[in-house]
Amino acid sequence: MGKTNTAVSKALPNKISKKGFGYYLNRDKYLYLLLVLPVAYFILFKYVPMYGIVIAFKEYNIFQGVFASPWIGLDAFREVFRSDDFYRALKNTFLLNGFDMIFGFPAPIILAIIINEVKSVRYKRISQTMLYLPHFLSWVIIGGIALQIFAPNFGMIDTIIKSMGFKTIPFLTEKWHWLATYTGIGIWQSAGWGMIIYLAAITGIPSELYEAADVDGAGRLRKIWSITLPAIKPTIIILFILNIGKISMIGFDRPYILGNQQVKDFSDVISTYVYRVGLQSSRYNIATAVGLFQSVVGLVFLSVTNWIANKSGEQGIW
Amino acid sequence: MAYKTSDKVFDVFINVITLICVILCLFPVLNVVAVSLSSNSAILASKVFVWPVGLNFESYKAIVKDSTMIWSLVYTVIITLAYTVIGMFLTICAAYPLTKKRLKGRNAIMLMIIFTMYFSGGLIPDYMLVKNLHMLDSSWSLILPGVLSAFNLIVLKTFFTTLPESLEESAILDGCNDIGVLFKIVLPLSKPVLATLSLFYAVGKWNSFMDALFYITDTKLYPLQLKLYQIIVNSQTVDASIGDGNISQNLLPESLKAACVVFATLPIVLVYPKLQKYFVSGIMIGAVKG
Repeated sequence: MGKTNTAVSKALPNKISKKGFGYYLNRDKYLYLLLVLPVAYFILFKYVPMYGIVIAFKEYNIFQGVFASPWIGLDAFREVFRSDDFYRALKNTFLLNGFDMIFGFPAPIILAIIINEVKSVRYKRISQTMLYLPHFLSWVIIGGIALQIFAPNFGMIDTIIKSMGFKTIPFLTEKWHWLATYTGIGIWQSAGWGMIIYLAAITGIPSELYEAADVDGAGRLRKIWSITLPAIKPTIIILFILNIGKISMIGFDRPYILGNQQVKDFSDVISTYVYRVGLQSSRYNIATAVGLFQSVVGLVFLSVTNWIANKSGEQGIW
Repeated sequence: MAYKTSDKVFDVFINVITLICVILCLFPVLNVVAVSLSSNSAILASKVFVWPVGLNFESYKAIVKDSTMIWSLVYTVIITLAYTVIGMFLTICAAYPLTKKRLKGRNAIMLMIIFTMYFSGGLIPDYMLVKNLHMLDSSWSLILPGVLSAFNLIVLKTFFTTLPESLEESAILDGCNDIGVLFKIVLPLSKPVLATLSLFYAVGKWNSFMDALFYITDTKLYPLQLKLYQIIVNSQTVDASIGDGNISQNLLPESLKAACVVFATLPIVLVYPKLQKYFVSGIMIGAVKG
């Protein structure tokens, strides 16, 4: 049995294709040469850290290193799942992403439809340039701007509110107000950039459709409702599905920079929790376990939503 | 075609809404610029909105006099350039071969790259790697770990596949090898998308703050964003030079922080309009099949 197997596997490559891998390696040697550094990059900086995940299952000791540290099985995970802070971070991750979905998701769609209706090409182009701009500012800068315009007493917003005779609002220091501010700043930063993809979809709509609607006497709103929206529906659906897939993942900069001590009930999310527990308190195994938990949950969410996207006849991400 | 009154009303309405959106986008930024240029009394009296009141350059003078701020700026420019050049080099090296259907193992490599977009070791394993490579408190920790973006790679690869193959074939007939084709034919045709991706790399590095927070403790190696964070959010003062001279006495922290924000944003605002026409088409190429 074993003999025939090896015999077959030796014979097969010769029968099917007369050329071994060495032939292709030689023929495409320059292409392979180009790939050496990038592949080395992915192995060293992406796949080697994946090995570091074992820290989650070890009692990591800085003097012994990853290899020699003793295994502790799932103890780190048990501790994580017993910790209130972890649940708070998990809840907040979903909370902040949920608010971004509900309020932030429609913003670029509405913006794209509005901008598309602008007749003057020049006005359109200038406004687009302005609307993209916040996307290119760092979160530190945005945090600095936010601290300034929302500052109590002489910040711009407070000054306006007071001049209208209302009381000052604790935008950044009370948790529900902070949540609204956080969401609003997110929309401010990303809506303009997000609209690009919808504008692209709108550009692809054949103009005959609009001309036919004109003949039928349709008004502008009617055309938006019956032509533009249905035409960009697939884009909306796919982006919505992909957004759901990313609901358990959250970046570090935005919650960390906008958050503060008074609102940590809402601003402490998984990414900031991992930083606090891992790098600030040096509890490497706990932080790695939380990171692994998030990666796995994220991957599951993404796979399921991508599967749904493919099933619903849309092109998923893979 | 008849231009109906309702259409006119609609156009005015749309233009006004657009204007409001643009104003909402710009006002916060203009307010910061205005505060950075205003006199202390005007700031304290809440008189500053989007136009400087009582023009005053003291904050900028303080920044320019602070050698650590200037160094931080120069240092960040160097890091950003190195990161962009290395990143673009690796992206080109990876994207071109992966467009060739004849290349054996192409799908496996592609899969290996795409997988890293959806799963990663996480913060602690990344940190351990940087530590084990002895890159903590070294500029390399800010350059190397994220220098090749799988997303940018896919955008470039998608663009390369849109180029006509016949051009490459004729170059090969003329005796070019694959590397020659890449440099003589493919890259010159790809200038817009190369400019876009360079902008993405450069802005990403210029704005990055997290890696510096994790990997850098030596204040001499603080890039601009981390230094800014310390000044703006943690309210540390701009360094040494502020302590002496008569500038310090009449400098308001708000004005100084605003000036720092403007100082760090200026380079992007200067570069960005020139590249704008490229990145819209660039991102669309990527969006078609991301």
